[in-house]
Amino acid sequence: MYGKKVKLRILFLSSVILISVLTIFLILKSLEENVVYFKSPTEIKSITELDDKKIRVGGVVKEGSILTSSKKINFIITDYKNEINVSFIGAVPNLFAEGKGVVAEGFLKDRNFLTAEKILAKHDENYMPPEVKKALEDN
Amino acid sequence: MFYTQLGNYSLIFSFIFSLLIFYSCFKNINNKTKQIESNIFSFLSIQLLTIFLSFICLVASFVVSDFSNETVYNNSHTTKSIFYKVSGSWGNHEGSLLLWLLVLVLFVFIFFLTSKKHPKNYRIFTIIFQQVIVIGFIFFLLTVSNPFNTLFPIPDEGLGLNPILQDPALAIHPPILYLGYVGSSIIFSSSLAALIEDYVNKNWAIHIKKWIIVSWIFLSLGIMVGSIWAYYELGWGGFWFWDAVENISLMPWFCLTALIHTIIVLEKKNHLKNWTLILSIATFTLSVSGTFLVRSGILNSVHTFANDPNRGIFILLFLFILILLSIVIYFLFHKNEKPIIKDTFLLSKETSLVVNNWFMMYFLSVVLIGTIYPIILEVLTNNKVSIGPPFYHKLLSPFLIPFLIIMAFGPKLKWIKTKFSKIKLTNLFFLIISLLISSFIISFTEMKYLFSTVLFGASFFLLFKTIEEFFIKNYNFSQKISHLAFSIFILSILINGIFSTEFSTNMKFGDEKKINDIYIKFTNLKTLNKENYKTIITSFQIKDEHGKIMNFNPEVRIYNQPEILTSEADIKSNIFSDNFLVVNLLKDDGYFNVRYQVKPFMLWIWLSVVLLTFGGILSFFRR
Repeated sequence: MYGKKVKLRILFLSSVILISVLTIFLILKSLEENVVYFKSPTEIKSITELDDKKIRVGGVVKEGSILTSSKKINFIITDYKNEINVSFIGAVPNLFAEGKGVVAEGFLKDRNFLTAEKILAKHDENYMPPEVKKALEDN
Repeated sequence: MFYTQLGNYSLIFSFIFSLLIFYSCFKNINNKTKQIESNIFSFLSIQLLTIFLSFICLVASFVVSDFSNETVYNNSHTTKSIFYKVSGSWGNHEGSLLLWLLVLVLFVFIFFLTSKKHPKNYRIFTIIFQQVIVIGFIFFLLTVSNPFNTLFPIPDEGLGLNPILQDPALAIHPPILYLGYVGSSIIFSSSLAALIEDYVNKNWAIHIKKWIIVSWIFLSLGIMVGSIWAYYELGWGGFWFWDAVENISLMPWFCLTALIHTIIVLEKKNHLKNWTLILSIATFTLSVSGTFLVRSGILNSVHTFANDPNRGIFILLFLFILILLSIVIYFLFHKNEKPIIKDTFLLSKETSLVVNNWFMMYFLSVVLIGTIYPIILEVLTNNKVSIGPPFYHKLLSPFLIPFLIIMAFGPKLKWIKTKFSKIKLTNLFFLIISLLISSFIISFTEMKYLFSTVLFGASFFLLFKTIEEFFIKNYNFSQKISHLAFSIFILSILINGIFSTEFSTNMKFGDEKKINDIYIKFTNLKTLNKENYKTIITSFQIKDEHGKIMNFNPEVRIYNQPEILTSEADIKSNIFSDNFLVVNLLKDDGYFNVRYQVKPFMLWIWLSVVLLTFGGILSFFRR
């Protein structure tokens, strides 16, 4: 039979392999669970099946669409082709304004309505999130 | 006009001198003398002086508002205060790279002066590798991001600095962070040089350890200052968001932290040579890839100044050359070493330091995967995704438990072999106390009971053990300070994470509301005109659930050049918690978007990082 040292080494190696496989599996699984997809209003219109996963919608805040009440904020995200209504309770970033780029994260009620949990705005006057820029260019 | 020209020529001049240094270093290697030729020293001084001059010229152009300079035109304005004119010179892409370069050559110079005891060829090789990086950066500056590009006709007024960058924290954030990043370049070059010259030994470890500590201190402080800024200026209302750009600065930090621990093994036991080298290479590679990802516009963040594909490709190419160079050198020169397991026993200081490295590498991989997965997925499937904080929390927190426990025992272990004695009563006592305290704390929340109790328990246990360490006499005071700081840090984060409360609402002047047992009243509103902005100062009165009344005066500033709104949060800090009120103006309909947060132990997070780096400073000056 093999010596004690070899046995120990096999045990060590196999446990290392086992741990790494487990870790990779764990990482991939949580990736799968925590990924948030980004869509433009046009892409949302063409979704066949609505699921209850969190998504991000990006585009431009339609001019004149922001409606503030004492509880929530409603506005429309447009990619100049299609639009989606957003309702949001919470704090908006400084650069959130009509006619500017925006990303809203939340859950779709239907193809025309998003309940947002978080609003991200572009960071400066020259800057538009690449995803928004691409969504606008694609349409 | 004059400064711009002078700066530009000075930069070109420094490029020529860098090539000269590169050439004369090679000539000097074959030379049999023990001394480095004095001309290398003069060249290095000239290189430092020319780049320093160039940097001063850029600052001067900003101060005198010379709008013939494109960088000044894009990022400055005559009405800006002098402080932000100066700090604005590195608050942009071109200027920040010039600062990078300045720090880089300054470090080469310091390296030259402080390494005189070490073999000649090792020093020369280090300088050569540093020159490769210097030349790459000067070339990058001159070709695609020249801070001295001129404009004609000369504009009358500049576009102004983004107001969110007009902040004291942001004025010092880039220089501090860069000292950390660039410090890792010396570690990188010196590792390659030591590899070639077969100088990876105790002497080298003692010498390079200083650089590792310096880089680590500045990187830690740099990350912290950026985080403080995001907390009060961006109004994100927290200290860490797992934003891609934050992650990118965290990755080299994990590497450096791992290095600080392995280098001790190399210093004391002459082991883990190859691993130390790999870590050194990885640290700098991660720093440069960070620069690439941030500057290329692939990542979407406050740091993305401009999306110029040429810049991205250049840095990518540069990165590729550096990695290739280091891999080739590594495989040509590395020596197989005896596995550490042959010389040591399972229960030893070596093992605990290696285990620290495993954990650091695990944390690093999680952050790395979370950061680049969206990029890879977009390239492969054209799906745009983002990875949220739950991913990191879920993967990091379970591993924190064993990490904290091992950290509690690690420093006590002896080199080579520690006898496994009976479980000490004090340890058992600490463990029970920790678990009791944490289960008491957790019972106030709706967290997963068992897991949170164990996690909190592990942090308290580490805290008690590190405090106990102070009563045991041995010389390593710096390590004790840093470990104590880390345990306070983890505890503050955990407490902050689970006990933070917030609400947001929209209010008009005069409104009064009651939300979650907190009364909030919008009591006053006034407008003031300042030098380069108009400010709306609002006053709120908050009566919290204990009946305590607090007044807040958050502002909304409307900058004129460029026209941007920023919010200035009003934060009431005390040792137990931060009360944070920020308002924002949506449009001109009288409504203010109000966000109120209570963040316990916020101050402790910053203080513990300061203490952590203080430990580093002590260690730097030891002996």
